[in-house]
Amino acid sequence: MKRISIDPITRLEGHGKIDIFLNDEGDVANVYLQIPELRGFEQFCVGRPAEDMPNLTNRICGVCPEAHHMAATKALDALFHVDPPPLAKKLRELFYSIFYATDHTTHFYALAGPDFVVGPTAPPAERNILGIVKKVGLDIAGKVLKMRRDGHHLIEMIGGRKVHPNWGLPGGVSHGIDEEQRKEILQLGRDAVDFAKFSLQLFDDLVLKNTDYLNLITGDVYVHRTYNMGTVDENNHVNFYDGLIRVTGPDGKEHATYPAADYRQYIAERVEPWSYLKFPYLKKVGWKGFVDGVDSGVYKATPLARLNAADGMATPLAQVEYERFFDTLGGKPVDHTLATHWARLIELLYAAERWVELASDPEITGKEYRVLPTETPTEGAGSVEAPRGTLTHHYQTDERGILTKVNLVVGTTNNNAPISMSVKRAAQALIRKGKVVSEGLLNMVEMAFRAYDPCFGCATHSLPGQMPLEVTLRDPQGRVVQRFSQT
Amino acid sequence: MNGEPKGKLALYWAASCGGCEIAVLAINERILDVDALFDIVFWPVAVDAKVHDVEKMADGSIDVCLFNGGIRTSEQEYMARLLRKKSKVLVAFGSCAHEGCIPGLANSTSRRRIFETVYHETPSTENTDHVEPQPSTAVPEGTLHLPVFYDTLRTLDQTVKVDYYLPGCPPEADRIWDAITAIVENNLPPPGSVIGAETTVCQECPRKRNEKKVKKFYRTWEIIPDEETCLLEQGLLCCGIATRAGCGARCPQVGSPCIGCYGPNEGIHDHGARMMAALASTIDSNDPEEIDRIIRDGIPDPVGSFYRFGLAASHLRRKKEAMIET
Amino acid sequence: MSENGFKPRIVAFLCNWCSYTASDLAGTSRVKYSPRVRMIRVMCSGRVDPSFVLKAFALGADGVLIAGCHPGDCHYIEQNYKTMRRHAMLRYFLEQMGIQPERLRLVWASAAEGQYLAESIDQFVADVQKLGPLRWSGVWEDPWRREDAFDEIAAEHAEAMEVQA
Ligand code: SF4
Ligand code: SF4
Ligand code: SF4
Ligand code: FES
Repeated sequence: MKRISIDPITRLEGHGKIDIFLNDEGDVANVYLQIPELRGFEQFCVGRPAEDMPNLTNRICGVCPEAHHMAATKALDALFHVDPPPLAKKLRELFYSIFYATDHTTHFYALAGPDFVVGPTAPPAERNILGIVKKVGLDIAGKVLKMRRDGHHLIEMIGGRKVHPNWGLPGGVSHGIDEEQRKEILQLGRDAVDFAKFSLQLFDDLVLKNTDYLNLITGDVYVHRTYNMGTVDENNHVNFYDGLIRVTGPDGKEHATYPAADYRQYIAERVEPWSYLKFPYLKKVGWKGFVDGVDSGVYKATPLARLNAADGMATPLAQVEYERFFDTLGGKPVDHTLATHWARLIELLYAAERWVELASDPEITGKEYRVLPTETPTEGAGSVEAPRGTLTHHYQTDERGILTKVNLVVGTTNNNAPISMSVKRAAQALIRKGKVVSEGLLNMVEMAFRAYDPCFGCATHSLPGQMPLEVTLRDPQGRVVQRFSQT
Repeated sequence: MNGEPKGKLALYWAASCGGCEIAVLAINERILDVDALFDIVFWPVAVDAKVHDVEKMADGSIDVCLFNGGIRTSEQEYMARLLRKKSKVLVAFGSCAHEGCIPGLANSTSRRRIFETVYHETPSTENTDHVEPQPSTAVPEGTLHLPVFYDTLRTLDQTVKVDYYLPGCPPEADRIWDAITAIVENNLPPPGSVIGAETTVCQECPRKRNEKKVKKFYRTWEIIPDEETCLLEQGLLCCGIATRAGCGARCPQVGSPCIGCYGPNEGIHDHGARMMAALASTIDSNDPEEIDRIIRDGIPDPVGSFYRFGLAASHLRRKKEAMIET
Repeated sequence: MSENGFKPRIVAFLCNWCSYTASDLAGTSRVKYSPRVRMIRVMCSGRVDPSFVLKAFALGADGVLIAGCHPGDCHYIEQNYKTMRRHAMLRYFLEQMGIQPERLRLVWASAAEGQYLAESIDQFVADVQKLGPLRWSGVWEDPWRREDAFDEIAAEHAEAMEVQA
């Protein structure tokens, strides 16, 4: 048996490593996605004052600190039994929509864009944002940079900082916005809507109108029939900030809809000795291993999953795109992993529309952005949709609000099992009888896990260069038989 | 480096959240200037160069290495040693590498307790077989390895020699740019220095200050502070008094106390000790019992409040656990 | 907890004004300072930064004593009240770090109370002796055989280097 070791040296709550084992026939026997790092927030936050959590858990991930900040803040609302005033909720959702639009932009253009726009078979040195610039024109780089800059600027304006905001409190937020700020936010929001429309058009022109790409998306290499998870509002429309968590099956049927506080009834996490990251699965279905189908508790929580789990989008333009998405791809649910990128752009449009809606609200500049909790804290859970999946924080405290128990089910963690499965699937399709198409394998495997946007590489991909993948073929003794890399 | 060949730059992260790398990108268009000035020879998330490429380089052949993240596993320590050897100038970039940051609060517990909690006790974990991650695991197809997880998180300079420190969690874009400019213009302070401002966050803070006298500390959810007065004077535990300037007092401007992310101000090694000294001047009582009450009622977690970012770098470094695994 | 023959290492920060006669006394009186006490004279107890105390523990002290003038008698007016507050905070913090707060002691003594100060020091030495050694640096030594782990990583990389694509 041979082993192929892919060491992407990239982040997934730290770094990640993929080992692919071949059987005696040279076909793929198994795939292991290993996460070699752990930080232990669930333990070292114990003993800390609960109100520190939005700031402590920020530091779990510098790519989506806003998501942790928000999930923590909502968990504090629940813990202190306080309902934030409507303005606080609006401000939080506004902030969160800006973050979403910024984050999705970065990920589409930095990660997925190169594959589709420049092409999956283009030389690796061109598969980056500079390649996109070459193909589409310098203008696009300016647009992407502006979107990122605007987003970070507003996140800092509202939440205090570009990375790691310091703003959320049980019962509200620490600061509001004034009229001048509102105007700027609104103006930049309109730009964001334009940018989202432009991005969808680009996807249309370059990807959907290209039969090769369309076949790649709808081909069977990247299909996974798993459960889908996402947060929905009272109309079962996608919502990032608040709502109920809905899970639908590979058959499209609803499996469950529940408030964050009930997560333990639906989610369980499995420990494997070969990874520091746990593997969540649907408790009522059960863990059947790394397999898909209705009988396997594996689920995904991605832009694609959110679209599958919902009945539509809450804003008009995004709703049109939502319908077109399912029409084009043959109805719900869509199980093609690569369609996640398209779903992400639809979410980008939704986030931008929501941003404009909220910034147009005349009440948004009010002063009633927080109330003081009056009840004794006990226990509370809160969740948001992080760009990389449903993010749940759950705390218990003593009567002074000092943490006694902390549990965190983090966005990317949800997708720990499906990512492994997607990689395995891609590897199986691309490695036959011990033969590896070196260039193809690397990028196709990359594409499989990139679709999940597992907090790998992320924003940093806007520099020239590739995700550093390395594939090493090893015999069972661990000796290197052959090595491929992308340079 | 005027007219000279381009310098060689490396960036790496260890036990880090990635925010420092986002912060590097937050210098926006100026990233292109960096690209013009330096060959980026190693940056795992952005540039296609592998660890073994670095291993092959001659010692000292990297001009500057910006290293973020603390040291928690054998793999991270290995990389710290490797990059130290290959780099002329090693910069501890950001709070994690500099002083351990919030991940360093793990030094208030132990590896054993972290494993117990994460893999056994958290309510969503189903682990009746008592499985825990292992340095090596035999699977049907072969053996899988994981780096060793240490009991104590170390800062970069507790692991290898560090030439410069760039404070902040993450450092603000303008401060990053200042540092890059200083490197390019060869205008660096003496080795071992922190590249940053010398004063405290209070100096940058627009809030009105009178005499700081505090009879009672409030938790952030207990009061709504007024918009203009110093937060510490209002009884909120603001770390601005003992924290290095550089951010422009960002947090107090949105109504939140500074949590100390820039580390202690110039010349101070132990952030928490500085906080204690500063608060001792602020607490308004001369009666031992009352003093005790003010402190214990208002500051339920001294370690987390005084050493939120600096525990790993402090004199004591970690808490003594009754049950340390051997 | 006390170990046989354990001689605690003590660092004592003594305010110049009150320790002045006390150290004189040491020569003349029957009171014998433990030779394990390292005395550091400071101009005022208010000069003792919390970091001095923490550093002393980190570097191997089993106990730290601070001596200053009685409240109200500080030659720098209010400084020893500051010492009082620092002491309160330090004890609270040390407790949370797993160091018995009894390892830090604050003593008020006037210039005339040399005998009392000397006795207090002896008492402190005896109390710390009962607590046993602290050996703080042992707290952060990692039990893992790290060098072996590095060898493994290096070997893996070296192996990968031999082969070209
Ligand atoms: S210093 Fe802060 S931003 Fe940088 S890696 Fe550490 S936690 Fe993240
Ligand atoms: S203590 Fe805080 S609020 Fe007060 S001046 Fe300093 S930084 Fe500003
Ligand atoms: S105010 Fe304090 S916590 Fe906030 S950014 Fe500045 S140094 Fe960091
Ligand atoms: S002079 Fe003795 S304590 Fe101040």
